Amino acid sequence: MSDSARITPRTPDESSERRLIEIRREAKSTGKVAAEGVRPGGAPFPMASPETGYYGIPLLKEPSWTWEIPLYFFVGGAAGAAAVVGAVANYTGAERKLVRDARWIAAAGSVISPALLISDLGRPARFLNMLRVFKPQSAMSMGVWTLVGFSAATSAAAFAQFLTDRFGDSFPVRVIEQAGQAASLLFGLPFSNYTGVLIGATAIPAWNENAGDLPIHFGMSGLSAAVGMLELMGNNKSRALQALGLGAALFECWAGLRIETRHSPGLEPLKHGGSGSL
Amino acid sequence: MHRLQGLRGRISYDNTGAVGAQTWRHVKFVEQTPEPGFGGNAPEMNSWSFSSDVCKHCENAGCLEACPTGAIVRTEFGGVFVQPDICNGCGYCVVACPFGVVERHESDGRAFKCTFCYDRQKVGLKPACAKACPTESIKFGEIGELRQDAEKRIAQLKDRGMQDIQFYDASDTSVGGTHAMFIVRGDPRQYNLPPNPEVPTVYLQKAWRSSAIGALMLLGGAIAAFMMDGNGRRG
Repeated sequence: MSDSARITPRTPDESSERRLIEIRREAKSTGKVAAEGVRPGGAPFPMASPETGYYGIPLLKEPSWTWEIPLYFFVGGAAGAAAVVGAVANYTGAERKLVRDARWIAAAGSVISPALLISDLGRPARFLNMLRVFKPQSAMSMGVWTLVGFSAATSAAAFAQFLTDRFGDSFPVRVIEQAGQAASLLFGLPFSNYTGVLIGATAIPAWNENAGDLPIHFGMSGLSAAVGMLELMGNNKSRALQALGLGAALFECWAGLRIETRHSPGLEPLKHGGSGSL
Repeated sequence: MHRLQGLRGRISYDNTGAVGAQTWRHVKFVEQTPEPGFGGNAPEMNSWSFSSDVCKHCENAGCLEACPTGAIVRTEFGGVFVQPDICNGCGYCVVACPFGVVERHESDGRAFKCTFCYDRQKVGLKPACAKACPTESIKFGEIGELRQDAEKRIAQLKDRGMQDIQFYDASDTSVGGTHAMFIVRGDPRQYNLPPNPEVPTVYLQKAWRSSAIGALMLLGGAIAAFMMDGNGRRG
């Protein structure tokens, strides 16, 4: 910031004291005061200038979202990745337990996610209005429809899984299971990282300047979380999972580094203050 | 000799707080230090520039493109309007506005902004701000005519010696022009008018491409990992 933009708080000194006396004399005798006054010490006055903007008031409005949304980013990303991992595991003949656990993570995530999102709405009772339009140019609209498909698919797959575990194999249940699994894979792929698109395509420079990296970052982070959850559920001998976890961590770091090392004034919040320390 | 350089060195302060749905104040003011004797002022007097902080009613409106409920629409009068009976307060419009206009009201929950006085225009009245303005600084009319008026006015002001006058309507950006246009004295940034506003849909291609790559990485990685793990196979 240039000197004119940064107002340094001053301590009282002789020249400012003299100027104040001058001002008082002049005002008393002529009824008005010519030229500049004194800038007192203490709180710096905000100014309207090209460098500081309008009196230090931010130009953009800050997001109205609260903790539900970042938590949803985590839960949704993990659920999407788990659905993909589960489906691929099933198609390649991996352990049953791994497939089952992945399906449950995906299904649980697909139930928790809308709960989080709906509770963050300003008018939660109107959540169905999200289904009024299908709007490709709105990442949130695409996300809503992806979530609907993902929820239906993972619920079907998990329900079929439950029925199979309880009552054994049967053809209609297998149909539901396979259809649900295929759809979980299809919807899970975008669901795992579209939230990066959601925040990348906004007016906030800290986000839109990183729009090319956020989806990959979010997706790899989701994969990392899904693998972690699966391993915690007892699937800790799977070399496939370990490899995936390692790969996810590496790529998440790589995308994260790209974001952190990008330099521009809009990216200051990533480097300073509360958001910077996070 | 006291050289007056633009707007530096003078103090003024807006104590009305941020302009938005919570405060409903929508006039910004910036102090100008004019040239001595300029515009009939005494040489040492400051003057004020006022700016109505309306919604810019963009041709390519970020809020409209972002709204996932279809609540935000274009009206027959060219304005951008949030339908209050549909808005569910998702807040995506708030982060999509490059001018920082629309805001979600804390207790109501819905998003609000200048309506272009849609209710008044529907019955043939002009917007309240234009109606109320005693100096007709805020003018309302057919957009082509207003642009012509603006050109004339700017030429007039430049003749008077104001060289730092410009027409601000974002027509040379992806926003594609705004229905609320401004004649600005000095740098638009001091009024919190962004110098290069973009409708955030311009970032979509880059972002979705990254999403596709991420999806391929996820799918490809999973296939590779599970195919090479022979020991994990059952039966």
